[in-house]
Amino acid sequence: MPDSVVAARQINKMFGSLAAVRDVSFSIRRGECFGILGPNGAGKTTTIRMIYGFSPLTAGSLQVFGMDVSRRAREIKARIGVCQQENTLDPDLTILQNLIVFARYFDIPGHQAKRKAAELLAFMALDHRRHARAIELSGGMIRRIVLARALLNDPELLILDEPTTGLDPQSRHQVWERLYTLRRRGMSILLTTHYMDEASRLCDRIIIMDRGRILVEGKPADLIREHIGKDVLEISEPSTEVRSYLRRQQLTFEDLESRLLVYGGHDDRLYHEISDHFCTEGCIMRTATLEDVFLKLTGRGLRE
Amino acid sequence: MSTGVFRVWQRNLDVYRQNWKISFMPPLLEPLLYLTAFGIGLSGLIGAVDYGGAKITYLAFIAPALLAINIMNNAFFENTYASFVRMYYQKTFDAMMATPLSVEEIITGEIAWGATKSVIATVIMMAILTGFDLIVYPAGLLLIPLAFGAGFAFGAVGMYFTGIVSHIELFNLPFFLFITPMFLFNGTFFPLEGMPMWVRWVAMSLPLTHLVDLSRGFCYGAWIESMLLSLGYLVVFTAVFYPLALWRMRRRLIK
Repeated sequence: MPDSVVAARQINKMFGSLAAVRDVSFSIRRGECFGILGPNGAGKTTTIRMIYGFSPLTAGSLQVFGMDVSRRAREIKARIGVCQQENTLDPDLTILQNLIVFARYFDIPGHQAKRKAAELLAFMALDHRRHARAIELSGGMIRRIVLARALLNDPELLILDEPTTGLDPQSRHQVWERLYTLRRRGMSILLTTHYMDEASRLCDRIIIMDRGRILVEGKPADLIREHIGKDVLEISEPSTEVRSYLRRQQLTFEDLESRLLVYGGHDDRLYHEISDHFCTEGCIMRTATLEDVFLKLTGRGLRE
Repeated sequence: MSTGVFRVWQRNLDVYRQNWKISFMPPLLEPLLYLTAFGIGLSGLIGAVDYGGAKITYLAFIAPALLAINIMNNAFFENTYASFVRMYYQKTFDAMMATPLSVEEIITGEIAWGATKSVIATVIMMAILTGFDLIVYPAGLLLIPLAFGAGFAFGAVGMYFTGIVSHIELFNLPFFLFITPMFLFNGTFFPLEGMPMWVRWVAMSLPLTHLVDLSRGFCYGAWIESMLLSLGYLVVFTAVFYPLALWRMRRRLIK
C-alpha cells in the first residue's frame, strides 16, 4: 500500500493555447485532509478533474493509490467518492432512488445498497426526506445528499469541489460537521475552496494556486506565521504621519489607501502607540488568518 | 463494457416505470390516428397497391411503414432531446462519469435505451395492428428484434447529433432535414416503384427506406430479395454512426 493516496508530478493541462494547470506537483498522504485554494480560474477544479479522469493530462504524471490515472481510471474511480461543484442529483428520481441507482454503478448489491443508503441518510439527518425529489430540497440538503452519494462505496479518498459554496451558515456548519467526522474516521479528503475559514478548519495541509501554478504549500498555521506573522493591525483612514512612522519603524505593511494592514508579531506597546497617536477612525488588532496570506499572495485584483 | 451498459439502461428503465402510464399513450394512440386517417380515410380513394407483383390494400401497405416510422421516431427522439436533457441540463452523465462507468458505457447504455423505447412502441403497435389482422405470424415476431436493431441505428445517429449540437433548439435541423423527409418519401405512404430514378436513388440512400422494406417483409411473412440489401444497409449504417457517436460524445464530455 503506497503511503500517498495522490501523487502529482509536474502535471500540466492546456486548453488550446491556454495553460490551465502548469507544472503542479503535490502529494496527499493517507488520512490527511488536503486543500487546494485559489481565486476563480486558478486551476483548482481542473486539477481535481484530472484526478477523477474527466480531464486527461497534457503532460506530467498523476497517480492515485499508486495507479496511473490515464490507464486505470475504472479501478481508481471505484475507490474514490466525488462531490462535484454543480448539483448532479438525478431530478427524475427520489432521494432514496438516487442513492440506490448510484450504488448500482459501483456494482453494490441491492440489499447492501439499501442498508448503506439508509445509514447515510441517517448520518446526514435526511431520513425524513427520503422520498422527496431534489427540486423540493434546499441547497444545504442537496449538498448533504451529494455527499451521502459520494460515500456509498466507502471511498478511501473523498474529493470535494467547493463543498459549501452558496450555502447559508447553518448549512455550511452541517456539512463541516460531517467532514470532521469523516476525517476523524481516517478518510483521506481532498477539497477545493475559496473560503479561507473552511480551509483553516478542515485542512491539515493546503496549497494556494493562482493562474495554474502553486504559490505555496504547507500547514495553514505555518503559512500564516511565515507570510504574515502572529497578528495584523488594521488602521482605517491612515494619515501620512502613520505611514512614515511605520516606515521608520521598518514594519511590513500593506497600503490599501483607505486602510493599512501592518503584519507581524506585535505587542500591545505598538498598538497603543499607534492608536494613541494616529488613529482617527479606529484601529483593530486581530489574529492573522489564512485570508491575509491568500490576499497577500494572490493580490487584491478582481478575477473576472 | 459489460454490466456498466446495463446499469445505465436500468436507470432509464427505472425512470420510465414511474411514468409508464403517460409514456404508454403516444405509441398506442399515434398509430390509431394514422390508421384511421390514412387507412380508412384514404384507402377508399386509392384502392389496392402493387407489392412484389401482388395487389394489397392500402391499409396493409402503410401499416408496416407506420411501424418503421415509430421505430425511427422513438429511438431518434430519445437519443436527441431526452439524452441532451440528461447530459446538458440534468448533468446525469457527469455524475455517472465520477463512478467506475466509462463514457463508452454511458453512451452505449443510452443508445440501448433508445432502442428499447423503439421495442416498447413496436410491441404496443403490433398489438393494435394484429387486431386489424395486418401482421402475419410467426414471421411478424421478427419485428421485435428488428425494432431493437434499427432503434439502435437511429439512436446512434441521434446520439451523434447530441454530440455536436451546441443548443437544444438545433435539433430542429435534423428533424426537419433528415427525419421528416424520410417520413414522407421513403416508401412509406406511396411505393417508390414508378417514381423518377433520382427520387428512388435518394430514397435508397436513406435508412428509413430499408427499415420499411424489412418491416413489410416481416409483416406479410414474405421474403423478397431486397431485404438482404436492406439488412446490410442498416448494419453498415450502425457500424458507421455508433463509433462516430461514441467519438463525439467522448470529445464533448472529456475535456
